[in-house]
Amino acid sequence: MSSAAATVSVPFLQIKRVVKQFDDVFAVDEVSLDIAQGEIFALLGSSGCGKSTLLRMLAGFETPTSGQILLAGQDIVGMAPYERPINMMFQSYALFPHLTVWDNVAFGLRRDGMPKPQIEERVNQMLELVQLKPYAKRKPHQLSGGQQQRVALARSLAKRPKLLLLDEPLGALDAKLRERTQLELVGIIEQVGVTCVMVTHDQEEAMTMATRIGVMSEGKILQVGQPADIYETPNCLFVADFIGSVNIFKGTVEVDEPDHVVIRSPECGHYVSHGITGTAEMQVSIAVRPEKMSIQSTPPEDAQRESPAQVGFNVVQGVIEDLAYLGNLTTYHVRLATGMVVKVTHTNAARHGASGMTWGDAVYAWWCGSDVVVLTQ
Amino acid sequence: MAAPALTATTRRASIHGSWGRAAVIGVPMAFLLVVFLLPFLVVFKISLSEMDTVFFKDILVWKDDALVLALKFGNYLSLTQDTLYFNAYLSSLQVAATTTLICLAIAYPFAYFMARSPADRRPALLMLVMLPFWTSFLLRVYAWKMLLADAGVLNNAAIALGLIAEPVKMMNTPFSLVLGMVYTYVPFMILPLYANLVKMDLRLLEAALDLGATPWQAFWRITVPLSKSGIIAGSMLVFIPCVGEFVIPELLGGPETLMIGHVLWDEFFSNNDWPMAASVAVVMVGLIIIPLALFNKYQAESTAGARA
Repeated sequence: MSSAAATVSVPFLQIKRVVKQFDDVFAVDEVSLDIAQGEIFALLGSSGCGKSTLLRMLAGFETPTSGQILLAGQDIVGMAPYERPINMMFQSYALFPHLTVWDNVAFGLRRDGMPKPQIEERVNQMLELVQLKPYAKRKPHQLSGGQQQRVALARSLAKRPKLLLLDEPLGALDAKLRERTQLELVGIIEQVGVTCVMVTHDQEEAMTMATRIGVMSEGKILQVGQPADIYETPNCLFVADFIGSVNIFKGTVEVDEPDHVVIRSPECGHYVSHGITGTAEMQVSIAVRPEKMSIQSTPPEDAQRESPAQVGFNVVQGVIEDLAYLGNLTTYHVRLATGMVVKVTHTNAARHGASGMTWGDAVYAWWCGSDVVVLTQ
Repeated sequence: MAAPALTATTRRASIHGSWGRAAVIGVPMAFLLVVFLLPFLVVFKISLSEMDTVFFKDILVWKDDALVLALKFGNYLSLTQDTLYFNAYLSSLQVAATTTLICLAIAYPFAYFMARSPADRRPALLMLVMLPFWTSFLLRVYAWKMLLADAGVLNNAAIALGLIAEPVKMMNTPFSLVLGMVYTYVPFMILPLYANLVKMDLRLLEAALDLGATPWQAFWRITVPLSKSGIIAGSMLVFIPCVGEFVIPELLGGPETLMIGHVLWDEFFSNNDWPMAASVAVVMVGLIIIPLALFNKYQAESTAGARA
């Protein structure tokens, strides 16, 4: 870790204007990324967005059409996969079915010609790390999904790679197991201290595990940031919509002041308590997360509002068309007069739904001007 | 009401299930029993009977008001005493083993190439492998005679090109024999290997490369072990018929070729000694079945559940 401090000026992994073209399709389109040592970086996107292609270029299974990939300052583009100090944990693991757990973990060490006693020591150490020592003699098909996942992790960490790649690391596990494994996996990665790039389509997985996230779509990286940045200040409609759930109002800027903005949409007036980079009359989108909204059967009182200036703004009226009770939360789907459906999440803090609102009820949904994100693109 | 109804249906379903299962397994079993096991028992019976100038005696005879079982083991004894039989068995096994190895060496790269070629091109390649079957086997083997003869196509062409001065003797040699066998049986090696290799998960090879294996190492450490069942299946499909092969040695091997198929023919049709011929056949079946059974047992154990 001391070397991290020394090389702070040069990012550990540098992806420079990398392009990958298949026939006339740009799978990866001029992606540049800097990743620091010790980071867990998640490439997040839906299938076909180019995230897997980018990961495969890091592993060496695909060659970039153009661009550079530098690992600790060294260009690795021309290196064969077996020459790179990079190991990958494959989607659904790709464990060798004819080898035991022990031999699977030892596979890479043997290819390096490591002396036998050292291999023995390292494999045991790895199996201890993932708590699979009693299973060393088993074949992969004799293990549960979670155990297979840990073998795959041990195998990819055995050679102490400079960079660890995770391809949908938890995709093959069921929901309950996934939640536990996420934190376990992060624990092990942090314990080893390896820099990590993961690919996932699961935003929850990315948010839980990664220190930073890069949201990808159509071969481009749209936004890079810490999980909270991406969620709270998305820079475009795609990111706002892709991460979590969001209500989007389309409107026109009416008042554009440095400290606040007023936007008019067919549903209501929007008071935004921060300035935007835009001009009056500009068409913009207003994004409000469902959990930032409040719902009640009476109009919000002035005292409830964030500031007196917001009275009359940021409030819509509608009818509950649908509700999804999830135990801890209830999501209300409120149909507005304009036809738009607004989603509002209500935390069920009290045991017996204090709100008492149900299908067909006329309700008011309102929110604070500081919780709004204005998207100009 | 619901519970008894449920039991009734499940019972009926299970009866149907066991009947269906019995029928599905039973029909082929009965077929094999009638056309394979019974005739084999007849052959076995003949092998234990005695020759009576032109025909063989029954092993069960009435003698002095008693039913006597007369078994003659002399045929089996003479199999061990006359080196002709031992040599014939040995050379059959040798030819079959050589053929199998050469077929494997040719078929593996071919099947590998087929399995790795684009999916839309595979049916055409598969068709090419099976194309020879569309012509008579006899015709194709006979064609080799024309090609390999002293005054055959190959020798004439080589002499015309000035590569050789005298014709090279190829016909009626071990070379022509094995060539004919390999030519005939190589598709039987290719098909199971292809079926195996095409199913292989290519990500396993990527995983091997990722862990530092060169492509060559990945081939030997991953591809070959994982295609073991295909190698075994193909080898059996080639080896077994090769041991008893009669037509190819007759046509391409020449008169000196000593193979068990030929010995069998001689005993049946030249010597007309059916009991002797039958015992030769019984021992041949034994020679093939025992290693086969061992192979099968080993394979069943090693692959049990491995295809998870």
